[in-house]
Amino acid sequence: MRFIFDRNTWQEIFGSISKNKMRTVITVVGVLWGIFIYIALSGAAKGMDNGFESMFETIARNSMFVWAQNTSMPNEGYKTGRQMQLKLDDAVMIQNRIPEVEYIAPRNVRGFFGSAPANIGRNNKTGSYSLFGDFPEFTKIAPKKIYDGGRFINDKDIEMSRKVAVIGERTQKELFDKDENPIGGYFKIDDVFFQVVGVHKFEQSGGFGGDGDIFIPFSTFKKLYNTGDDVGWFSIAAYDNVDVVKVEENIKNLLKNIHHVHPDDDRAFGSFNLGEQFNKIVGFADGITFLSLIVGIATIFAGVIGIGNILLISVKERTKELGVRRALGATPAEVRNQIILESVFLTVIAGIMGIILGALALAGINSATQDIDFPYTNPTVPIPYVIGALVIMVVLGTLIGLIPAQRAVSIKPIDALREE
Amino acid sequence: MIEIKDLHKSYKMGSNSLHVLKGLNFSIDEGELVAIMGSSGSGKSTLLNILGMLDEADSGSYTLDGVPIKDLNETKAAKYRNKFLGFVFQSFNLINYKSAMENVALPLYYQKVPRKEREEKALKYLAQVGLKEWATHLPNELSGGQKQRVAIARAMAAEPKVLLADEPTGALDSKTSYEVMDLIQNINDKGNTILVVTHEEDIAHMCKRIVHLKDGVIVEDKKVEQVRAAQYVK
Repeated sequence: MRFIFDRNTWQEIFGSISKNKMRTVITVVGVLWGIFIYIALSGAAKGMDNGFESMFETIARNSMFVWAQNTSMPNEGYKTGRQMQLKLDDAVMIQNRIPEVEYIAPRNVRGFFGSAPANIGRNNKTGSYSLFGDFPEFTKIAPKKIYDGGRFINDKDIEMSRKVAVIGERTQKELFDKDENPIGGYFKIDDVFFQVVGVHKFEQSGGFGGDGDIFIPFSTFKKLYNTGDDVGWFSIAAYDNVDVVKVEENIKNLLKNIHHVHPDDDRAFGSFNLGEQFNKIVGFADGITFLSLIVGIATIFAGVIGIGNILLISVKERTKELGVRRALGATPAEVRNQIILESVFLTVIAGIMGIILGALALAGINSATQDIDFPYTNPTVPIPYVIGALVIMVVLGTLIGLIPAQRAVSIKPIDALREE
Repeated sequence: MIEIKDLHKSYKMGSNSLHVLKGLNFSIDEGELVAIMGSSGSGKSTLLNILGMLDEADSGSYTLDGVPIKDLNETKAAKYRNKFLGFVFQSFNLINYKSAMENVALPLYYQKVPRKEREEKALKYLAQVGLKEWATHLPNELSGGQKQRVAIARAMAAEPKVLLADEPTGALDSKTSYEVMDLIQNINDKGNTILVVTHEEDIAHMCKRIVHLKDGVIVEDKKVEQVRAAQYVK
């Protein structure tokens, strides 16, 4: 290994590659282009991946909604077209029977699905907003950002059916004065006074919901609107590593069982599986990442072969020089090492320049897509990818360099010297 | 210093075999300056290549400085060349992207001499051939005679047992040829063994002994009165 750190070795390498600058540059561009494509593509794929992920970050990835509809088949003496109704007990059953379920949040709403919105009033200001009855678990499934000083509904609120509410940004703006702290303030929901305990920050998350939504404890909602144990729908989050489609099916089968619905009746309960959609998109992004890796590596490969080709020509041109070196006492190993080192050196230099250019390109694309609605954030290439690419280049450079090196060694010094 | 016995070499040319060296015997003592003469096809270059371990004989023995030269692989041959021999070529064979000093230092590099020492030695030998001021120049900035002097300095830098010169004046005009021969004579005066392959009578007579080859055999091996090249150099 001594020769790698010897100044003379490098002087020889620089000497031989700077002999034909134009050709060296073109050769380097081949590999540079390869690594550039590799970095730019995998960075862009990562950016898209990140973009999709940030679109979904406001909701648990393995989440789904389940709601009740009408039966489409008669069963156990019940006629077809029966109106189904989810109950609080169903949640307990699901939680107990289906271990893959991490969180389940029964929810009720006013202002959606045909029900009238709640009338809100404070002093002289009035308005109608969607009103949700929720359990604290809901924030585990669809995290809500609460402004400083506030909180979401907690277990105590549920237990004591407290008249507390978490309001939206728009609600705050419309009910409270600008410099007024809404936390602790009172307002009326359908003529009942509620105290504000938090203001949530609205984020577009692909689901329904808005910046005026008001959340109150499920138990309070139940008393306010006399809904008993009825539940509008369940928000459910499964554990991260389970098959959400299977879980969805299990939940619906369990509900059919509880509610005496025919096992083949697919209309009785509706559901929307966010996890499944998410997995499709993730799969798509993974596919793109994989494709970009393949294309990138193939391009690097082509570039490195170009280097091998050029070195082969240069060995032919340097036949005489190599013969002189051999006559002066260079061993075949020394000649071989020099050629291989030239190959690796060219490859690595080209690679590093390509990585730098690729990173610049990614930064450029990133700042260009900063303010437009496009799923593309923070395009990065993981360090292992970069190191992996460098390793591939060194290995390929060595292997490709072996061909011209072997050629150089196979020339007998006597033949080399004879050549004019 | 050099001893060869019954040296045979033939080349295969398709189905024919060309017998180039047909049983050569001779020995060279330390400090000799020997010219090997012969017309083209006489086998003189083949002989020099075998002596220089660039080629191997089919049969016969070759002893260099008491070391039998046989069963050479490329690595071993390279080591022996580096240790025992210095080469001077007709076409100089300097490496054109290296300065005169770097060219001279090259055999020392393959001897694994540290860089500082290498450069000092290279400068010393360049000074001996009178080219110290040209140390940083590239070969294409030198004249033919200067190039050959750099090549001689390079051959000497490794402090070889034997200096092998293959038509060292073949590419030079007669004035420059005499300068180069003068240098070779001076090196010989210091006790170095030198073998010069040439086909020029006047160059051969500047050596101390002439071995005449014809059709692969030695037809004549005589000591001659050395003509000093210095008298032509003014």
